[in-house]
Amino acid sequence: MGSVSEFFQHFLNGLTLGGIYALIALGYTMVYGILKFINFAHGDILMVGAYIGLFIFDFLRGDKPLSAWWFVAFMIAMLCSMVFCGLLGMFIEKVAYKPLRKATRLAPLLSAIGVSFVLSNLAAWLFGTQSRKLEYPFDNTPIVIGSGSNAVSITPHQILILVASALMMLILKLFVDKSRMGKAMRATSLDQDTAKLMGIKSDHVISLTFAIGSALAACGGMLIALDFKVYATMGTMVGLKAFVAAVVGGIGNISGAMLGGLLLGLLETFGVALLGIPQGYKDAIAFGVLILILLFKPDGLLGKNEKEKV
Amino acid sequence: MSSLLSIDDIQVSYGNIKALKGVSIDAQEGQIVCLIGANGAGKSTLLRSIVGLEPLVSGQISYSDSVIAQGHGEHHRGHANCLPTEQICSLGIALVPEGRRVFADMTVEENLDMGAFLVKDKSEILKRKSEMYDFFPILGQRRKQKTRSLSGGEQQMMAIARALMSSPHLLLLDEPGLGLAPLVVQDIFSKISIINKENKVTVFLVEQNARMALRAADDGYVMENGLIVLSDKASALLANPKVKSAYLGQ
Repeated sequence: MGSVSEFFQHFLNGLTLGGIYALIALGYTMVYGILKFINFAHGDILMVGAYIGLFIFDFLRGDKPLSAWWFVAFMIAMLCSMVFCGLLGMFIEKVAYKPLRKATRLAPLLSAIGVSFVLSNLAAWLFGTQSRKLEYPFDNTPIVIGSGSNAVSITPHQILILVASALMMLILKLFVDKSRMGKAMRATSLDQDTAKLMGIKSDHVISLTFAIGSALAACGGMLIALDFKVYATMGTMVGLKAFVAAVVGGIGNISGAMLGGLLLGLLETFGVALLGIPQGYKDAIAFGVLILILLFKPDGLLGKNEKEKV
Repeated sequence: MSSLLSIDDIQVSYGNIKALKGVSIDAQEGQIVCLIGANGAGKSTLLRSIVGLEPLVSGQISYSDSVIAQGHGEHHRGHANCLPTEQICSLGIALVPEGRRVFADMTVEENLDMGAFLVKDKSEILKRKSEMYDFFPILGQRRKQKTRSLSGGEQQMMAIARALMSSPHLLLLDEPGLGLAPLVVQDIFSKISIINKENKVTVFLVEQNARMALRAADDGYVMENGLIVLSDKASALLANPKVKSAYLGQ
């Protein structure tokens, strides 16, 4: 283990990775909180978001040289992609999950896996199997803070991830805590029948949940795509890991998903950097953590073990 | 006086088990009507069917002269012929469910906000909340606390306050005294009387605590195994020898 600056460097890297996991984990956890099922198509919505963002960004920037406009174009592309995926998420829920709401709990889960295959195969068919590059909308030369052995470097891309994910989570947290529909969402997730007694339409709440979760996934998808390119199965592994993050934090719990995501990002980064786990085994860390959590705290870090009060 | 709620010969079943085998009940406007019966008699099922949480096999339920639920026959289960639960709330019916069902992870204030979900006017919501804090002072003291930290009696008061936030005409209460200390139960029943007398809310009360319920009520019904076996003025039921031996332990 090197110096303090080295520690900070890994911490920063872990935090950016974790920020993305957290964004995506939120979609899993919100849907689970209300419908009690895992939306396995979530990772593929992320992929669709990355494609849509790529197309809009490339269209907007045209052949203009790199300039501030690129960044504006990227932001517009991200917004459009989030809106598109929000609608897509609502559509998928209506078509593939809603008809199964009264069926056994396994049925929507299988349907989700089906939707996942449909989306990734559709993308491969329509957009080809070649991976595409999403250009950085800025000069991504790392910014070095400090000098010599105390230097810590951060790329503009990392700054974008940190700012974007922190902002999204803050807005979501405010929405869920303060707004009327946000509270209705929490009430529905705590007790759907009683929420109905208050006049809350669960169909609306469910649609809204899918819209928000999918929009966050689109945002996460575009942020990852900058480093890892865009291809039809890009959502599979990152989706799985975000799912792990959601379970680690306590599935159904919004703060838990944020915590789980950040923790997972940090563990992966430090696992590779400090414990000397080879880069290739990085993914094993996530699933190792999942197994440990399930063994010792099956409800997740912030999950609650409800006991009824009489 | 006219019937505010009229339940006409309803049947409800869970699979092959008939929970309600043809039940008729009338609740007159402005009254407290109580339904007593043992565990498993079908009391909660009856309340759940009024608010559209259980589909009727046959019979119908009307509320201020319009049908809110109707039987759909044995073979059409799933195609419920009733208003959806979330719409029933907007008609002025509020249920305080069995076991209170508070939103435990939300604060008292947020729970009350949910009770007024259909009220769009923010100042009206604030007004009603402050009325509730006057009526149940303990809730005012605990309004920023998570509901899970409240005692059972406080949770019951909160569940009632939450239901009142929608300013209902008809308040359905499912065993408000369940699992609470006798003094707390008395307190809750006196609040229910005030709600009925001063706020002109019609109350339909389901209770195992027969004495308490019959004392508070105008009319009473006794349910056994999914059937109404007795119905009379509540005071007459209190004096009825059958009721005395079976429900009042005399």
